[in-house]
Amino acid sequence: MVQFTLPKNSKIRVGKTWPRPEGATNVRKFQIYRWNPDDGENPRVDTYFVDMDRCGPMVLDALIKIKNEIDPTLTFRRSCREGICGSCAMNIDGINTLACIYGLDEVKGDVRINPLPHMPVIKDLIPDLTLFYAQHASIMPWLETKTNRPAKEWRQSIEDRKKLDGLYECVMCASCSTACPSYWWNSDRYLGPAALLHAYRWIIDSRDEATGERLDGLEDPFKLYRCHTIMNCAKTCPKGLNPAKAIAEIKKMMVERIV
Amino acid sequence: MADARKVQRPLSPFMIGPYYRPQLTSISSITIRITGIATIGTVFLLVCWLLAAASSAEAFAIMDGLLTSILGDVLLTLATWAIWYHVLGRLRHLVWDMGYLLDIPASETMAKGMFIGATLLTLITVFVV
Repeated sequence: MVQFTLPKNSKIRVGKTWPRPEGATNVRKFQIYRWNPDDGENPRVDTYFVDMDRCGPMVLDALIKIKNEIDPTLTFRRSCREGICGSCAMNIDGINTLACIYGLDEVKGDVRINPLPHMPVIKDLIPDLTLFYAQHASIMPWLETKTNRPAKEWRQSIEDRKKLDGLYECVMCASCSTACPSYWWNSDRYLGPAALLHAYRWIIDSRDEATGERLDGLEDPFKLYRCHTIMNCAKTCPKGLNPAKAIAEIKKMMVERIV
Repeated sequence: MADARKVQRPLSPFMIGPYYRPQLTSISSITIRITGIATIGTVFLLVCWLLAAASSAEAFAIMDGLLTSILGDVLLTLATWAIWYHVLGRLRHLVWDMGYLLDIPASETMAKGMFIGATLLTLITVFVV
């Protein structure tokens, strides 16, 4: 359902301002969303000051520095620090991206960091991705075959393999789905750009033999067709992929198999 | 440790503007929706005008006077812009639905084209028709 404001328990208050680093000349201000499930209070935005002369170049470097040196309670997901695990997806300076590959020099002014938009918050910058993963599972993200298993591997021509470029690179960080207004308002029924990009990745895989079933599964007023080509997904994808195009291709295939 | 079942998790902020940066693509998309709804209002005005014309000369004079006043002129100019924008937006959807121009630069160019095109077409409509 269309929604323009936050529910009462989600309204954000001004939080704590943490002390500036002593003796630092090149200081940058960070405004970070905090919510603690244990204190029963509303979310707040805390202000931190980071000495940029002693900080790595990426947003994640600053977050780790804050956690190490200023406030050990700051909570966020991170792992690979090179844009391949998808853990540190968050809303930075008004767009969703991976903190580890987003440069601090790309942010103008203060650095505002929020969790991925319109998601239930587990703590601070960690959203609950249960539904997101369930939607991914629902599109059968595996090779579905009916013919007998070949003696060696399932083979694919170079041309057919090329069709998967721009799709297989997805790291399931959820930046795209949580950037999509349709997903914000209908995530209970609309699968969202990430799950649909994966759906298309298996639909056009030359080795897959369940294309019909896959398309049947998406034939629904909400699951696929809530995409209105708003394109926040493609605009925000930290890996430069284009879920909007993948979704449009699925819509085309839906029409093609009827006519 | 909080009991997971009892915790009321907050919803993370999402609003376009303060929390999500407006994009040319998202703004041009929401404008299609807004102009579509506004056009229903235009149709309502048109029906009122026709109803007035069908009921009596006095009623028509009032309604016609309203629509040809300065306020009416402004309203109808905006309505014209809305209709032109909506038409161009639907054309963009037609192009997209055929699978063309789905990349970001092309979509943004089309978005600019819709705003500029609707304005030009409105000016032509207002001054020529």
